[in-house]
Amino acid sequence: MKKILAVLLAALMLFALAACGGNGGNEDNEKLGMSESPIAAVELKVDYEVPADFKIGFICLHDENSTYDLNFLNAVDRIQEALKLTDEQVIVKVNVPEGNECYVAAKDLVGEGCKIVFANSFGHEDFMIQAAKEFPEVEFCHATGTKAHTEGLDNYHNAFASIYEGRFLAGVAAGLKLNEMIEAGKFTAEEAKMGYVGAYTYAEVISGYTSFYLGAKSVCPTVTMDVQFTGSWYDATEEKNAAEALIAADCKLISQHADSMGAPGACEAKGIPNVSYNGSTYDSCYETFIVSSAINWTPYYNYIIGQVVKGEKIAADWCGGIAEGSVVLTGINQDVAAKGTFEKIQTLVEDIKAGKVKVFDTTTFTVGGEALETYKADVDTDAAYTPDTEAIADGYFHESESRSAPYFDLRIDGINLLNEKF
Amino acid sequence: MNKMNIHIVKRDAVIWYKGFAVRAAAIIASLLVSAVVITLLTGKNPIEVYSSMISGAFGSSLRIWSLLQNVAVLLCIALALTPAFKMKFWNCGGEGQVLVGGLATVSVMMFLGDSLPYPVLLLVMIAASVLAGIIWAVLPAFFKAKWNTNETLFTLMMNYVAIQLVAFFLKYFVKSGSGILTPMPEHGLPVIFNQPYLLNIITVAVLTVLVYIYLKKTKHGYEISVVGESENTARYIGINVPKVIVRTLVVSGALCGIAGLILVGGTNHTISTTTAGGRGFTAIMVSWLAKFNPIYMVMTSFLIVFLEKGAGQISTDFRLPVAISDIVTGIILFFIIGCEFFLQYKILVSKGRKEND
Repeated sequence: MKKILAVLLAALMLFALAACGGNGGNEDNEKLGMSESPIAAVELKVDYEVPADFKIGFICLHDENSTYDLNFLNAVDRIQEALKLTDEQVIVKVNVPEGNECYVAAKDLVGEGCKIVFANSFGHEDFMIQAAKEFPEVEFCHATGTKAHTEGLDNYHNAFASIYEGRFLAGVAAGLKLNEMIEAGKFTAEEAKMGYVGAYTYAEVISGYTSFYLGAKSVCPTVTMDVQFTGSWYDATEEKNAAEALIAADCKLISQHADSMGAPGACEAKGIPNVSYNGSTYDSCYETFIVSSAINWTPYYNYIIGQVVKGEKIAADWCGGIAEGSVVLTGINQDVAAKGTFEKIQTLVEDIKAGKVKVFDTTTFTVGGEALETYKADVDTDAAYTPDTEAIADGYFHESESRSAPYFDLRIDGINLLNEKF
Repeated sequence: MNKMNIHIVKRDAVIWYKGFAVRAAAIIASLLVSAVVITLLTGKNPIEVYSSMISGAFGSSLRIWSLLQNVAVLLCIALALTPAFKMKFWNCGGEGQVLVGGLATVSVMMFLGDSLPYPVLLLVMIAASVLAGIIWAVLPAFFKAKWNTNETLFTLMMNYVAIQLVAFFLKYFVKSGSGILTPMPEHGLPVIFNQPYLLNIITVAVLTVLVYIYLKKTKHGYEISVVGESENTARYIGINVPKVIVRTLVVSGALCGIAGLILVGGTNHTISTTTAGGRGFTAIMVSWLAKFNPIYMVMTSFLIVFLEKGAGQISTDFRLPVAISDIVTGIILFFIIGCEFFLQYKILVSKGRKEND
């Protein structure tokens, strides 16, 4: 028995070695690597002088190990450098749970002398509002929240970005990749199915995967998509499992809206192209990474610090777009992406900026087989979650206009939700 | 060649001042080692790092209140686990028992908050959380008592069931699908003397004394010790072992339920799958380090929370990755646990018989 095991193990090792050798062989082909971003960088406009006693505090749900939080932390570094703030002026608290701890952290930052307290996770919102009520002289800014426009507090604000535009562009890259694989005869146009790993069946996620899907569909009309939910924003194991399940269900390309390396890692292991989120995963997934959209929070930080320094009001809702530099794309991995992706996206960026292309154009999708002419979205948060605001006008769904956080929650045709338990 | 034999032998009880000195030396040694590690890894001044730790725990009245509140919650869970541990029933299900206690609390707040008069609501909240905790603890106890199932695995698995239950109810409570339930402070535990955490702290202080008396002075406590030392002895002297197991886990679960009540009703006023935050497991260490003595547990839970708060402050003050502060915490705990080992055991090195090569 032992002998058989030894032989098996030896065979396994040989196989592993051979596999490594195979990979090494591929590296003979010259790598093209990453292109620059198809969205030109927007310069930060600083028209104010920050006093030496100014302090800003940041509250993050996790630390730099979560891609979501890393994206905020990188933006903190950028604004600190741009405004030449000292380490004493920028206080960062990481791993603050979405509970009373957030209220304590916010209060603590006020005690440290912060003029602005910023929190980055949806579940921080109620605890930020609690602190905002207690300290009217301090500005409380919250990313992804939904209550600022109804709460009626002068010092509590929500922010987001029109990331659905970024996801749409990333979806175009995905669609072009599918087209390339169809042309290469890897599968038929009817078999073009993408997989998407989402956290919750919540508007932010629905808006995200729908815009991604519509981007792909705009260039690959036969595409369909399966969505698998994990019930957590950050769960490496679940995200990996979800991606693997989607790959097993014949998805040809995967994207995700979740914060760990679970899904991109699973794609790299199986050789399935991946469109990422929150930042580049090229370094660890260079054989499958195509492109990633992300929100750049630096323009918002610049805006709120500027308003406070100048003594002006911060808007209750702020939603940055491509023009503000809030919606960004990483470079495109030229070894994986289809030819012409860069140019196509560049053209679309200009069209979106000019208003010629609308992501949620009602002629591009149907719900239950029918085109929509009217839809009431749940914009104002209330206990019963009643739809309250007409969102469709002029032939498109007006996302992030009535409040900064997304409220597109339509289940459109062509997207199949595999599990809705979360 | 002389073969060396190493024996690990149990020591006689160490005199209190000697034990105290050894522990103090261990803490100093751990601080020195951490200082070297901090300097080598980050180039920061270790004295500044330690003062940042202290300021993180005691730097303002808010921080002190928050420290005490966290000590209270951790201590409450440790108190809950202790009777079971003393009986050598490895209750690793604190996390789940606290969560279901919290879930029961939040459900009462949500569905009865507006319809019941406040005092009645409070009573229902207490009853619901205690009952939920008891059910979660007694289930594994019953199986252990009846069919001798492995309680470690059973209680651990109950944690996952509890987490999924919370996720399930959040999906049901929160129609928007965000999984975030808006806090309901208006239906929470009362605030006394205008200090939001004071009631929690007093409750746990009282519980500490009660658990101490229960374990040391009552017949139940005695029976727990006997069952823990030897089930056969317990049976021989006429103790109904299954009954003691189930009864003790009723106490354990009830206290975990109260911890859930404090966390949800008295602190967060909402619930998430991470509300217990690993405390159900940290509490095991609190209880062990204190050798199951509730009074010592005040100190050990204080130590753990101090290290946690201090570590958080280090990463904030120096913008260091949290891993660095975790390393420091790890070193300190390693020394403390190590010194407890050497206080209980000694290592004897004896020369063995001569062997021919």
